[in-house]
Amino acid sequence: MAIDYKALKNGGFMRQIQKDRFSLRLKVVGGHLTSDQLDTITRVSRQYGDGRVHLTSRQGVEIPFIRLEDVETVKEELAAGGVDTGVCGPRVRTVTACQGQAICPSGCIDTYALAVEISDRYFGRQLPHKFKFGVTGCMNNCLKAEENDLGVKGGLAVSWKKDACTLCGVCTKACREGALTQTETEIVLDESRCNHCGRCAKSCPFDAWDGASGYILSFGGTFGNLIAKGEEILPIIRDKETLFRVADAALAFFDAHGRPSERFRVSIDRAGWDTFKEAIRAAYEG
Amino acid sequence: MATQPLTDILPDAAVDITDVVCPVTFVKAKVALEELDEGQILSVRMNDGEPVQNVPRSIKEEGHQVLKLIDNGDGTYQLLVRKMGE
Repeated sequence: MAIDYKALKNGGFMRQIQKDRFSLRLKVVGGHLTSDQLDTITRVSRQYGDGRVHLTSRQGVEIPFIRLEDVETVKEELAAGGVDTGVCGPRVRTVTACQGQAICPSGCIDTYALAVEISDRYFGRQLPHKFKFGVTGCMNNCLKAEENDLGVKGGLAVSWKKDACTLCGVCTKACREGALTQTETEIVLDESRCNHCGRCAKSCPFDAWDGASGYILSFGGTFGNLIAKGEEILPIIRDKETLFRVADAALAFFDAHGRPSERFRVSIDRAGWDTFKEAIRAAYEG
Repeated sequence: MATQPLTDILPDAAVDITDVVCPVTFVKAKVALEELDEGQILSVRMNDGEPVQNVPRSIKEEGHQVLKLIDNGDGTYQLLVRKMGE
């Protein structure tokens, strides 16, 4: 029987240069694995691989040297141990994330929860080419949001609370963007310079800044053969409903304008950024 | 909150962290705070740039009460901090 390498690849089994050996890509969301999952991976790697795993550039785990005849057994054993297989090919790939607000003092959003939501909604969805989502919790950008076809960066939309402020001077120095000026009586925020990093709110000793979590999206990032940084074309988004409406529109745009094996960036460039912005704006405005 | 004229605060102790770099800046301030009793006030002298951007926030995150940041006008700042309990 002819081996359907394409079907295997779509299911995460990547053909190796060694005959009839496969590197199995696992499903990992937001870089999180439990110790039980790691135990399962360890067991499978020892029994069916060569005792190693490969950590991919996008927080994935691959188990190399799986034999063709073991493919089905390996899938079953992984599934029984709470580990799913990943995907390859023209579809939505692993959703990556930093640790975010739940762990990191700098985090402005719950990146892991959002990565799970994005993954549940889009993971494996077929598109003209691969499509990568990445979620980073703040301006420090540990997860490199703009490398992704659709990057999400957490930020805070801040507003000053006059009554709580003692004009202590901390926030104006914590701000790296020169967006804050202190007068005798108030703190003046220059919205045009604010990058939503939230340093003012996080440093304030008197809780005199309200910081509302939000999402800053970037579109069309790609760091493979073609290198291009994702572009921000919308203001900070304050709710998940809008975020997903915009993400839906971005994928629909790729489906409508993308040619097979063409990255999102190239499709946007060819269709025109004005056309793309119009579609995304419409979704943003609902 | 109760407003006391913050410029009239008298520190109980002082530490100069202008002679060290991150992350020792914060460590030095933290060690100085450990030597104080709860409620006492420490004055921390720090450089402009990274120290003044980050040290006040780190001290806040340790649970102490940052009171005031004073610009010395010579590229350094005084941060007044009230030591809080564990």
